[in-house]
Amino acid sequence: MLTPLTIAVAAAAVLLGVWCAVAALRNQSAKDWHYAAMAVVTLLTVVQLVVGVVMLAGGDRPAGDSTAVFVSYLVSVTACVPVVGMVALGERSRWGPATVAAGAFLLAILELRLHDVWGGGVG
Amino acid sequence: MTDGGTAPGGGGDRHGLRSGPGRLLVTLYAVFTVGAASRSLYQLSTRFDEAPLAYLLSAGAALVYALITVVLVRGGERARRLGVAACAVELAGVLVVGTWTVVDPSAFPDSTVWSTYGMGYLFLPLVLPVVGLFWLRRGGDRPPAAHR
Repeated sequence: MLTPLTIAVAAAAVLLGVWCAVAALRNQSAKDWHYAAMAVVTLLTVVQLVVGVVMLAGGDRPAGDSTAVFVSYLVSVTACVPVVGMVALGERSRWGPATVAAGAFLLAILELRLHDVWGGGVG
Repeated sequence: MTDGGTAPGGGGDRHGLRSGPGRLLVTLYAVFTVGAASRSLYQLSTRFDEAPLAYLLSAGAALVYALITVVLVRGGERARRLGVAACAVELAGVLVVGTWTVVDPSAFPDSTVWSTYGMGYLFLPLVLPVVGLFWLRRGGDRPPAAHR
């Protein structure tokens, strides 16, 4: 589904991950700007969720019999960054951004999988 | 989750398992719990006959991951001991299943999280229990006073 959007989300996730990893390596905690970036990435994933749902509603289906897998990836993708953001909230050490970085890289991987599932890669 | 996540000043001992590096560890264990659980649920419900051993192993792995996640979030001495045991089981599982899949790939028509020592998952299934054991044996993130 909509490859440019998938690439955009994955690229944004990698940028977020690198930025947060740098903060962690510099022994900094997560700042407001990091949370703003998380919000932007989350917004992109919400757009993707809406696009995915609209495509499913319009009769488009992922290749093979993998609609359930596709939907579960779509939901995971949307939940990923908000969840790690909440986990990182109370942590005022470098491990806050480290956690966010892990979640962001996970999101990038999930985007690749999402793309595979839609295109017919084995679920 | 219960108190907004911040360990109050003196409560470092109770919640030490999930603060500092524990945050990252909890997150990774939660991710693997969700991943292994949803994968095995889907596979067990749709094509159990194809590779029952692999899918049941994934379900077992999901339970171990879930247990360790809960242990890390709850904290406390009893949870810590339980966590050490669970991490040992997890490490043994990765090593046994990993070796098994290398020696006799035909036993597993479909892969599990622990196949080839978790290679499909960046070897994190092998790294996590080792880090988990170190973390739990150390007793988590001690309050600053304990470092001096």
